[in-house]
Formats: sequence, structure tokens, C-alpha cells
Amino acid sequence: MSTRRQPTRRAREARRPPWPALALAALATVFFALPFAGLLWRAPWGDAWSIVSSPSARTALRLSLWCSLWATLAATVLGVPLAWVLARVPFPGRGAVRALCTLSMVLPPVVGGVALFYALGRRGLVGRYLDDWFGVTLPFSTAGVIVAQTFVAMPFLVLTVEAAFRQQDTRYEDAARTLGATPAYVFRRVTLPAIRPGLVAGAVLAWARALGEFGATITFAGNFPGRTQTMPLAIYLRNETAPDEAVVLSLVLIAVSFGVLVALRDRYLGDPGRPVG
Amino acid sequence: MTLEAHVVRALGPLALDATLEVADGETVAVLGPNGSGKTTVLRCLAGLLPLDAGRVVLDGEVLDDPAAGVLVPPEQRPVGVVFQDHLLFPHLSALENVAFGLRARGTAKATARRRAAAWLERVGLGDHAGHRPDALSGGQAQRVALARALATDPRLLLLDEPLAALDARTKGQVRRELRDHLGGFAGMRVLVTHDPVDAYALADRVVVLEAGRVTQTGTLADVSARPRSRYIAELVGVNLLAGEGHDSTLALAAGGRLVVAEPVQGPAFAVIPPHAVAVYRTPPAGSPRNVWEAPVADIDRHGDRVRVRLGGPIPLVAEITAPALDALDLHPGERVWASVKATEIETYPA
Repeated sequence: MSTRRQPTRRAREARRPPWPALALAALATVFFALPFAGLLWRAPWGDAWSIVSSPSARTALRLSLWCSLWATLAATVLGVPLAWVLARVPFPGRGAVRALCTLSMVLPPVVGGVALFYALGRRGLVGRYLDDWFGVTLPFSTAGVIVAQTFVAMPFLVLTVEAAFRQQDTRYEDAARTLGATPAYVFRRVTLPAIRPGLVAGAVLAWARALGEFGATITFAGNFPGRTQTMPLAIYLRNETAPDEAVVLSLVLIAVSFGVLVALRDRYLGDPGRPVG
Repeated sequence: MTLEAHVVRALGPLALDATLEVADGETVAVLGPNGSGKTTVLRCLAGLLPLDAGRVVLDGEVLDDPAAGVLVPPEQRPVGVVFQDHLLFPHLSALENVAFGLRARGTAKATARRRAAAWLERVGLGDHAGHRPDALSGGQAQRVALARALATDPRLLLLDEPLAALDARTKGQVRRELRDHLGGFAGMRVLVTHDPVDAYALADRVVVLEAGRVTQTGTLADVSARPRSRYIAELVGVNLLAGEGHDSTLALAAGGRLVVAEPVQGPAFAVIPPHAVAVYRTPPAGSPRNVWEAPVADIDRHGDRVRVRLGGPIPLVAEITAPALDALDLHPGERVWASVKATEIETYPA
């Protein structure tokens, strides 16, 4: 009897997670939670509402949401076809193109901003023609903020969506073709639904990255309240002059990001096997 | 009103070069081992894979002809496909799956749904219209796949291993249902399978495909009575030997000779049923004209029947009873004597 029980108990113990992993995971969680706790502890709760409802704070928040949503849209419109080509169309130098298109993810954002300036600035490589021919000036404009955010955020969408395209079983697309569907119809009714979890995840990641974008924005678009001063810029500035306001605005930004991540994670980013919609 | 196809296509190690003709109302089974190119034939007929050479003509319309630069894309072919694993769209209900082809061809939503519902009714799944594919059993999914393929009124229906994804328990019943539903479809049918039972139950005619080439065509009865390859012989469970006939002897390609009852001239096949092969411990004396010594390769018991595989230059399978095996006390590696009566051997020209 005892010889039988022994291995059973061991098997049960093996199912329990090992304590070093639990301890390190707990430490990591504390590491992430602690800065937020610091903000909550430091926050001037009495003045919080007046700071949040101040016109300058609301302007920055509105501009941040506006720009990050447009950047997400631009990243989706450009990034989905790019991801499809990278996943499905074999061509020489595909690896190099993928590296190029995801470079801005690992680049210091300030470098991206400087690079954008010399490409799209008024006297930049392409920017001079935008200025001469169309009268379009991107630097120090709201459009420039969107360009900078798209530049740093799109790789997150491209990588996620490319993985989704790769994982998709293309035989379903074949089946749809034999049923009389044109390639465009197949993409809309079969391919897109199949990659939807990946697409939503990629868009959320890109949006979160755009919302928090600082370095490329301040370098390329500057820091003009109401025009290019997004929340991260406003927070950085106020941290020097009005720390109370910086803390409250930081909490607002965290609340917005956290709320969206939690809401979408449950629905789209969770169990990939779960049917969606 | 037929399908005439000469399919030439290289794909990895496979060099496919096969001719296939199907008459109206006929079901042709493409029977072959894994990797023989069966599925590639279907993909070429459906237009999912363009030909390298050859031609596909359906009802007089050229669908693929590389020499003439003609290639009709899959969505414009009157061809329906039931895929292996069914490939029902996982995000759509059974009804939406069946309606998919009609919607893709521009049928209004309400009409498409009504006709799809009628199709589900026909295959006995009217009460499963709202179910997602993952809520359907293998047999049900197969019927939805069939309804989806037939809902667009194809002239040619292609079935790729339609029963392979099912477990053995449900296979028989689904096969019978499939036969009934196929009977109600007026067009041409091509069925790809590696299982002769499927071919027997569902097809009028068999095309045997091996390593990209057609090795034999005919009814399954013809093909199994006179196999022309080891693959078919093993599939139907007979011994097949090839050689050169000179009157009543057959000089075997593998060496040795066989005395046969029916005189045969030139290249010929000989078929020996396993039950006609007798096994002895000592050289037998008596009437059998064909006696030779061979090592036992392996022994396979099926109930009270035993198949003894003999090695050596003339590989044969002998079928004996379990008591006979016990009496002989055979073990793999031992040498035995095998004999076959000349009258048990059927010969036919190669």
C-alpha cells in the first residue's frame, strides 16, 4: 500500500508550481506594481479633480487620444498589407525588409524623431517637396505627432499580424475559392476573421505604444500645448514645474491604458482557441 | 458531357502525369498510396494548382491548358470540393457555411439562407443550422461540407479522402449516408481515397495512381481480379508475380519459374491467392508442380487465420489455419517448403 501511495504523492507535488518560480514571479509583479503605488501615495488627492478638469490637462488628454487613435488607424491600414506580404509573398531580401520595418521598435525614439526630421522636415529629403509642392509641413504640427507615433507603433502591429497570417491554415482560403469566392471576398470573409484576434492584439499594442510615445514626438513635432503637447510631454514638463499635476496626469494616463488593456485582454487577447465574437 | 483531364504537374518529389475521364453521373475513385499524387490531381481539377502541361476540359469548356495560356480560376469553375478534414469555416454556423458559396456568387442573403437551410434539411441536419463546426460530430461536419459543396450546383464534385478524418466506429454509417447523398447528385464525381472499401462502396470505376502515374483503371472487381502492381495486389490481399510467359511456364522477373495451367506468351502477370499456397516442413511429394524453399519472414495471426509471409526470391503470402500453424510450429527465420498447384494460378498478359 505504502509503495503505491508514495509515487502518487510525488505526482501531486510535481503538479504544484516550484516555489523559486513563484517567488521570482511575485518579485516581478511587485517590481511593476511599486511605481504605481508610489504615484498613488504621492498623489495630491484633494486637488486631483481640479487638476484633471483644468483646460490644459483636458487638452493634452484629448490630443493624446486623438493622435494615438489616428496613429493606430494609420498603422492598421499600412501595417496589415505589409504583414500579409511579409507572411505570404516570398521575395529575395524579405528578412531585410522585415528588419527595416521593425527597426523603429528597438531604436531609441529620439533617434527616430531626428531621422524623421531629416526625412520629412521642411528642408528634409522628402519634406522639402511636401512643402514646395503641397504646402504640407509635418514638423511641429498635430499631423507630425501622428507620423511620429505611427513610426514607432506600427512594428508592434506588423509583427503580431504577420504571426497571425503565418499561423492561419491557408486551406480554408482554398475551400472558399472553390465555393466561388474571389480573392477579395476570401480576404474579407475568411482571412480577416481568422486573424482577428491577432489584429486586435496588434492594434492594441500599437495604440498603447502610440499613447505613451514621447521621444520621437518631442524631437519631430515639438512641444506646443494644444497642437503637439500630448500627455507624456505634458507630464514631463510639469514634473519640473508642478509635480502635483505631473502625478495626477500620470495616474490618468495609467488608468486609461490599464482600462483598455484589461477590457480587450479578456475579450481578444486571452485564450487563442476561444471563439471570438 | 464529361470531364477529360490530362494532369501534368511537378510538386516537390512528385512528378504527376495522369489521365482521367469521368462520364456524367459516374463516380470515379482515384486510389493510391500516400504521396502518389491523389490530392494533387484534385487540386489541379479544382484550379487550386495550375498545370505544368496537359489539359482539363469539363463539358467541352477548357479550364486549364498551359500550352494555350488558358487558366480558369477556381471561383469560376463549376466544381465543388469536399476537403479532407472538411475545412468548415470555424467562425460561421453550419447554415452560414452552406450559404457561403451562394453569398460569394452574389445570391441575396435571405435567398442564400433559405436555400442553405433546405440543403441542411436534405442532409438531415435541419436542426443543427445554428451550430458552429466545433459543435458538430465528424459525420455531421462531413454532411455540412457536402451540402456546402453541392449548394452551388457544381457539375463536378471532388471528394478528398472524405472518410479519413472519421473514427472507425462511425465510418461505416457515414459511408452509407455519403453513398445515398452522392446518388442524388446528377453530375460527375471524383473521389480520392487510399481505402479500397471506400472505392468499392462509392465508386463505379477505379483509377489506380502510383508515384504520379496511372497504373490501372477499371471496375474495382476487374482491378482486384487482375492487379497490375504490388500495391493493388497487397491491397486486395493476393500475391502478384511478374514474368515472361513461354507456353505453360512463366520465367519470373525475380528469378525462378512458375508452372501454370493456362498457357501464356510474353510479359505476363500471375496472381496466386494466399489460401492456394501450402507450407511444409519437408520437401513435399505429390502433384503440385511449383515447389520451392523459402525463409519465413513474419507470421501474422487474424483470429483463426494466419498469414505467413515468405521471403526469398519469390515473395509470397500463405494463408493457413491456426491449428496448422501450431502443428508446423513455425517461427520467423526458419526455412520451409512452399507449393502452389498450377491450376490455382491465374495468368494474364502484362
